[in-house]
Amino acid sequence: MSTSPMGAFADSAGETLAATLQRRRQRTAFVFALLVLLLVASSIVSLGVGAVSIPPGRTLGALWSGLTGWPADANAARDSLVILNIRLPRTLLGLMVGASLAVCGALMQGLFRNPLADPGLVGVSSGAALAAAIVIVLGERFLPYLPFTTLPFVALPIAAFLGGLLFTYVLYVLSSGSGRTSVATLLLAGVALGAMAGAITGLLTFLSNDQQLRDLTFWSLGSLGGATWTKVTTILPAFIPLAIALPFLGRSLNALSLGEAEAFHLGLPVERIKRIVIVVVALAVGAAVASAGVIGFVGIVVPHLLRLAIGANHKVLLPASALLGAALLLASDVLARLIVSPAELPIGILTAAIGAPFFLWLLLARRKMVT
Amino acid sequence: MTDITARRLSRRSLLQVAGSSAAIIAFASTSLIAQDGSPKRIVAVGGAVTEILYALGTQDRIVGIDTTSLYPPSALKDKPNVGYMRQLSAEGVLSLSPDLVLVSAGSGPPPALKLLEEAGVRLVTVPDTPTAAGAIEKIQAIGRAIGLEAKASALANDVEKRFAAVAKARESVSRPVKVLFVLAMQSGRPLVAGTGTAADGMIGLAGATNIGAGFNGYKAMTDEAIITAAPDVVVMMAREGLHADPDTVFANAALSATPAGAARRLVTADGHWLLGFGPRTPEAVAYLMQAFYPDMPQVKALSASPNLPTEAGK
Repeated sequence: MSTSPMGAFADSAGETLAATLQRRRQRTAFVFALLVLLLVASSIVSLGVGAVSIPPGRTLGALWSGLTGWPADANAARDSLVILNIRLPRTLLGLMVGASLAVCGALMQGLFRNPLADPGLVGVSSGAALAAAIVIVLGERFLPYLPFTTLPFVALPIAAFLGGLLFTYVLYVLSSGSGRTSVATLLLAGVALGAMAGAITGLLTFLSNDQQLRDLTFWSLGSLGGATWTKVTTILPAFIPLAIALPFLGRSLNALSLGEAEAFHLGLPVERIKRIVIVVVALAVGAAVASAGVIGFVGIVVPHLLRLAIGANHKVLLPASALLGAALLLASDVLARLIVSPAELPIGILTAAIGAPFFLWLLLARRKMVT
Repeated sequence: MTDITARRLSRRSLLQVAGSSAAIIAFASTSLIAQDGSPKRIVAVGGAVTEILYALGTQDRIVGIDTTSLYPPSALKDKPNVGYMRQLSAEGVLSLSPDLVLVSAGSGPPPALKLLEEAGVRLVTVPDTPTAAGAIEKIQAIGRAIGLEAKASALANDVEKRFAAVAKARESVSRPVKVLFVLAMQSGRPLVAGTGTAADGMIGLAGATNIGAGFNGYKAMTDEAIITAAPDVVVMMAREGLHADPDTVFANAALSATPAGAARRLVTADGHWLLGFGPRTPEAVAYLMQAFYPDMPQVKALSASPNLPTEAGK
């Protein structure tokens, strides 16, 4: 952020301002090009790399036969299976989950006007975690009474999703009165509900046996390993509202960053914006948590990185967050499946291992800026 | 990737065609072998599964194991590790080109197992019940899966005979000792085995009473409950990083205030030997009985049996 000296400003105000805007536009365009490149590269690597080594030519062949329905060489059946049934759904899930975690992080930070806000604050994560714990620990007792035999496969994601939505709804009801939603109450009630959910999850942990305990631990570390086409297609609808709302929310969040009253006087339907953001975040993050477990730090780190690079304009920050979030998660997932191959690391370990030091650095840098 | 010329590209694609056809031929031949019922490339998931495959002499066919496959100790050194049994990676397992994946009951996650089945890999789940019959069933299930029924039956009969020997000795137990099985010391508090655990099964087989029988799974037990339960013996796993010696264990105030603490009776054994419920389980039972009832003639007679070495696993 270079500010032009006062003299130059007075001399030729229009020209300098135009030059600054021009420079910023170029910079933004450059960063966007870079992000698109990064995303394309990480998608290609995500499709092409894994425990089963498949040369690029055969990867393309498998994709081609999958897209066209052209029958693959019978002997290359395993290749197509790995590419089409394991890696492709995994890459798509990673794209959706990474993009939504990052965008929802940016949305929450914009809505709360707090750089430390993350999607977990509205109760999605704690609600989803509680529901997941209930299914993992108590599920075996109820499943025999339930109608579908396929339920064990889908019970966990569905419960996690509903748990996230329910918690968000309760929080929203708690923090809104007489047609207004208090952002401060939302934040504090979120912390309280999170603690309550944590206590019940803790109780379930106590009740769990060895295997359930390990399931809980693995779930809370996140993984894209369970990606299947069924999962991708069931989770997809929850991400669509985010994609639709994204272009419209940038302007509103920019106005909101001036303050709620100011935004209202600018003619912004503040209450409706808040509601839309919360619903969109609850749906997308609920779906992300349901499909991949809890993956930390993407929501906090990605928007911050981008704010440093291209500034705080939400109109560009939101789509850029989507690109970088998706790329970051895909890259982490590639590492997760390569480092200990043929075993696999939980992805939450990697995002937190990269994210936490960055987050600390950010905190320290901010402190220096304030003092 | 940026400086590929047309000529290099064509040469590379030629190489790729050659390479992929070679790989296809190799893959085709492995899948031919898979059809004759005796799998040649087995991924073993679960400690007892690996142990039984080794006991059946089929270790050369194992191409991958999981992190719980700790016996024999060479397994983890020699074979690629596909990770923890409940967190398998479908692609990781597939990368070993198995024609049979033998998983212990409780392995997962379910989507990964489903993907393996979709990949046309034969997936067999081996039941895992912590009883003598369960150990026998495990051996027979694995024998059926790898097409070595006769050999597995021989091993199962042998194990059954040894189980019968310890069962006979157990009949003479008139006053069972009360046993506290400590899985770990959780910040000074013992994590105790309750019902449904492998430790509970072993205590029963050794003719003793598990004082953790009032709850399910492994739970932290309070000091007062331990003193009230008054165990005669404490059993722990001997493993690295766990100080399972009487001085450390009975430094715990509650444990020291029990009959076990007064007599300093602590029994330790290798965890997988003790809790694996595989071919070595009768020996582990005999070992426990000898520690529980050192003066009983019927139990003493067990050590004379050539089939029941008792020094193992300490």
